[in-house]
This record gives sequence, C-alpha cells and structure tokens, in this order.
Amino acid sequence: MWRDHLTEIIVFSLLFLLVSGMGFVAARWRAPKDMAHLDEWGLGGRSFGGWITWFLVGGDLYTAYTFVAVPALMFGAGAAGFFAVPYTIVIYPMVFLVLIRLWSVSHRHGFVTPADFVRNRFDSPVLALLIAITGIVATMPYIALQLVGIEAVLKTMGVTGDNALARHLPIIIAFAILAAYTYQSGLRAPALIAFVKDTLIYIVILVAIIYLPYKLGGWGDIFAAADAKFDASPNPNDGILLNGNNQLQYVTLALGSALALFLYPHSITGVLASRNRDVIKRNMSALPAYSLLLGLIALLGYMAIAAGVKPLPGATEGSVDNNTIVPLLFDQQFPDWFAGVAYAAIGIGALVPAAIMSIAAANLFTRNIYKEYLKRDASPAQEANVSKITSLVVKVGAVACIVFLDPQFSIDLQLIGGVIILQTLPAVALGLYTRWFHRTGLIVGWAAGMGLGMWMLYQVASPTRKHFGGSAFPLSEFGFDTTKTIYVGIVAVLVNLAVAALVTLAVRAAKVAEGVDGTTPDDYFADEGDPRVTPGTERDADSAREPVA
Amino acid sequence: MAAPEPEAPTTAPSRAKDHSPWNWLLFIPIVVPLIPAFFNGDSPRIFGFPRYYWLQLAWILLGVATTTLVYQMTKKRGNP
Repeated sequence: MWRDHLTEIIVFSLLFLLVSGMGFVAARWRAPKDMAHLDEWGLGGRSFGGWITWFLVGGDLYTAYTFVAVPALMFGAGAAGFFAVPYTIVIYPMVFLVLIRLWSVSHRHGFVTPADFVRNRFDSPVLALLIAITGIVATMPYIALQLVGIEAVLKTMGVTGDNALARHLPIIIAFAILAAYTYQSGLRAPALIAFVKDTLIYIVILVAIIYLPYKLGGWGDIFAAADAKFDASPNPNDGILLNGNNQLQYVTLALGSALALFLYPHSITGVLASRNRDVIKRNMSALPAYSLLLGLIALLGYMAIAAGVKPLPGATEGSVDNNTIVPLLFDQQFPDWFAGVAYAAIGIGALVPAAIMSIAAANLFTRNIYKEYLKRDASPAQEANVSKITSLVVKVGAVACIVFLDPQFSIDLQLIGGVIILQTLPAVALGLYTRWFHRTGLIVGWAAGMGLGMWMLYQVASPTRKHFGGSAFPLSEFGFDTTKTIYVGIVAVLVNLAVAALVTLAVRAAKVAEGVDGTTPDDYFADEGDPRVTPGTERDADSAREPVA
Repeated sequence: MAAPEPEAPTTAPSRAKDHSPWNWLLFIPIVVPLIPAFFNGDSPRIFGFPRYYWLQLAWILLGVATTTLVYQMTKKRGNP
C-alpha cells in the first residue's frame, strides 16, 4: 500500500519537483544570444567544458535502466551480469581514438548528427538516411526503457492502480514535465539536471556499499550467499564465476556493447556538445569513475540475495520482476527518508538520458529527413523548431510504448537496438579513418548485417520464450560442435564488414561513381579556434584550402 | 610490454599530432579487460572479493592510467 511509503513518496516528489524547476530555468543558464538555432537547442551551443561534459555524458551513458537492470541481471544470473564493467572500461579508449575525430570534423563542418558526417564523407543521402533511421529506431526503445526504471521505483512505493491508465498516470505526468522543459531548454536542461542526478547517485551508492555490507555480515558473506543461491539453481550457466560456455559471450557482449554505445546518437550528441578536443580527452580519464560506480551498483544484486529480497510479481501471471530488487533492497535496509532519496536518484536518473536521447533522435529527423527530403532550404530557426516538436513526438511515442504494450516488448526492442546500431560502425567509425569503402558497399553491408542480426536474435530461445530470448547465440546453430555462445551483434557487424568490402571491390571494378569526399584530412584534427566552414559553401572552401602534406 | 617510442614528436607537423605512436597504448585497456583467463577465478580474495570482481574493477584504473598518460604525451605543446 502506498500509505506505508508516505515518507519515501514525499522525498521523491520534492526532489523531482526541484529538478523540474531547474529544467525550465536551464534555458537561461549560459544563455545564448539566439536560442533559435539547432547548435544552441540541440548541442548546447557546442560550448560545454570539462565538468559539464563529465556530468552530461556520465548521466547520458549510465542510465536509470542500467542502474536497475544490471543488478537485476547479477541477481538472476550472477557473474555474467558483471559484463557492464569491462564494457564501460573499453569504451573510453575507443572514444579517445575515434569520436575525437568526429568532434573535429563536425566542428569544422557544423555537423549535428553522425548521419550528417556520413552524407558529406560518402556523398550519399541514401546512406545517411539509413544511418539516421537506424539511429532513431535504436534510440526509441531506449527512451521507453528509462520509464521501466521509474516504474520499478513507483511499484516498490506502492504507487499502482487498478487499470492501465491509473497505473501509468505518474509516469505520464513525469514525462509531460520532462517534455515541456526539454522543449524549452534543449540540451541545457539535462546538462543542468545531471549535476543533481549524479550527486544523488554517488551519495546513495557510497552509503550503500559501506553500510549494507556492514549490515549483511561483510563482503565474504555476501558472495557466499550468492554462491549458495546459484549452486542450488538448476540453470547451468549461472554462478559467481564464468564457465566454459559463456566466456566468449561475456567478452563479445562487452566489446559489442561498447562499440554500440558510442555509436548511439545520444552519446555522440553528448560528445559533440563539448567545447574542444582537450575537454573530451580529459573526460576519457575522468568518466571511468562512473564505471567504478556501476561495478558497485552491480554488486547490489548480490546484496539483495544476501538480504533475502524477493522480487515483486511481474506483468504476467506467475512471473517475477527482477528489476524491483534494488528498490526493494533500499526499502528494506534504509530508513524511509533515505530510500526516498535513492528512489529520486533513480527517477531523475531516467530523465537525463531520456531528454538527451529524444534530442538526439529529433536532431537526426530534422537534419537527415526533414532538411534532406522535405525542406531543403530550411533556416536554422526552422530546423530548431522542427527538432523541438519532434522531441515531443518521440517522448509521446516512448510513453505509448510503455502504456499500451508489454514492457517486455521495449526490452526486446532495446536488445535489437544494440545490434542494429552496431551496423552503422563501418560507415561512421571506420569512415572517420578511411574512405576506402564504396558507398554502395556500405549500403549492401548494412542490409546484410541488419538481416543476419535480426535472424539470429529471432533464433535465440530462453527458458521462458522461443524467440528473442536474449543476445547469446549458440554457435551450434552455425553447425559448430560446441555449447559455446556468442553475442549476436559482433557476428552481424563482422558479416556487414565482409560484405561491404566484397561489394566495394566489385563496384570499384565495375567503375561505379564514388561521389566526392566533402572532408579533407586536416578536418579530423581541427580544434577550438580553427576556422569553421559554413555548410552552404563548404565545397568551395575545401578546394580553396591548401593541400595537406 | 615495451612502450612504443615516440618518433621525434617535435619535428612532426602539428597537424599530424593524432598519429602519435603513444595512441597505440590505448589498445592495452581495450584488449586486457577482454581476456577472461586473467580474471575468471576465485583466489586470491581481497576484502572478501573474489579475483573475478576485484581484478575487473582494477582494470578501471588501468584504463584511467593509460588515457591519462596518452593525453599528457599527445597534448599540444605550450598548453599548461
């Protein structure tokens, strides 16, 4: 009953209202001369320094869903859930090497989205459209999942209703407020709110990892309780260590997720909003602080085992919702007011990435669909306006996904999202290094990777479902005599690369036109203070620039 | 593991600063955390943490140390 959780609800609501106010005020924070420009609304004026970038990108990559789902996975499967740690270690050196080049070329040419870059680099609006659609489709379910994070908290506080509308009303209100201040303030809103969100999360987790082991008898006892639970379970692939079957899956999932994460439009938006290359490079050393936090949060799953937490029932009869174990652990172990702070941290933690993701998806629509196909002469003010409205539409879509569809559907879509966003790797990430691939090859490779990825995901069964049961593909399906599994996305992107290379060789032999590269080698090293190229005249400017040795 | 020697960075053109050999070091924190043979074991335990957990958390420090080193070695000369 919600009355038992009144203190928690009051603390949660007060903190939620505080950040909502901040979201509206954010429009005046570091106020631009002219907000009616996509660079201002959608990228915060490309002016964020080290601290803001740290909070913004940290709040962006480590979402509420991560904080709820990773411990839930540890609770359910054990060691395999810890993949989130290597995943968030290996991403930073990659960003250091790759996305820094995207920052430079985008700074020079005024690119707002990865698809802008691809269009210019490979002279192919079709390839850019595919990249943009892939980005939007992959991001939408990710936004919906942020709502799953909030729902887990509301459920634990007993805020439920008899029918679908009453049950979802708090989420609809929360998202309406979020939509309103994102509309008004753009990227400045999540940047400002991220300060509160991350401060709350750091406080909650520091208290949790010092106080809870003390209460539960120490780390040795916590790991022993987890070990005992997995020993007793019939599942052969759980345990506090990996076994011979799931090591390959663990490693490929960590690598594939890292590659996918930095290709997601919302990560790129966060990186492009920073002021210069040094800000990004320094952040690659500072952001792993969040990985440590995530590793400790993951262990909350084991603490829940040691504390004997029983997850609340799920949406369907007989199922359990493991996502509720962290909120339940806090409810059980913390005083009410502090549990309220912890819930607010998760709830606000959902708003920051949801805002950035909707901005990123809106920018893709505006730049690569609206401006490319609907209104070629759109002014910067019109672009900003279309983006603002699209960000509203995207959020309504995300809420509709949660209210009208089974939340499991969003989780499935997010699983697919990680695999499909990986298929933009050859064009976006490798495109930053080489123009060897032919645009036709990249398009055919993309289609091959998408098709194979979908088929493989469809084939994966889980104990409860026949299809879309996860991302661990049994290699025996390919005819190998083994019980090992591998992450679907890695296989799909390798096939994508192979097809792209073969088709590139074939069409080059057939002398199919390659298009003109709109970028020059020194664009990839440009830094703050370097002259910018205005989008309309960049071709002339390029040819006028002196050749690079 | 021998660190690659920078090839006379002072004479290299400033534009090519991203081609610094120091960047190759960044592959260490990409590859090492992805080798299960290092971390997939129980002993030794530290503060009750099996090796699987403390060593993977320790790779975070490896990542931070490497990116910091490469940043310091490749940043523009003349900057503080």
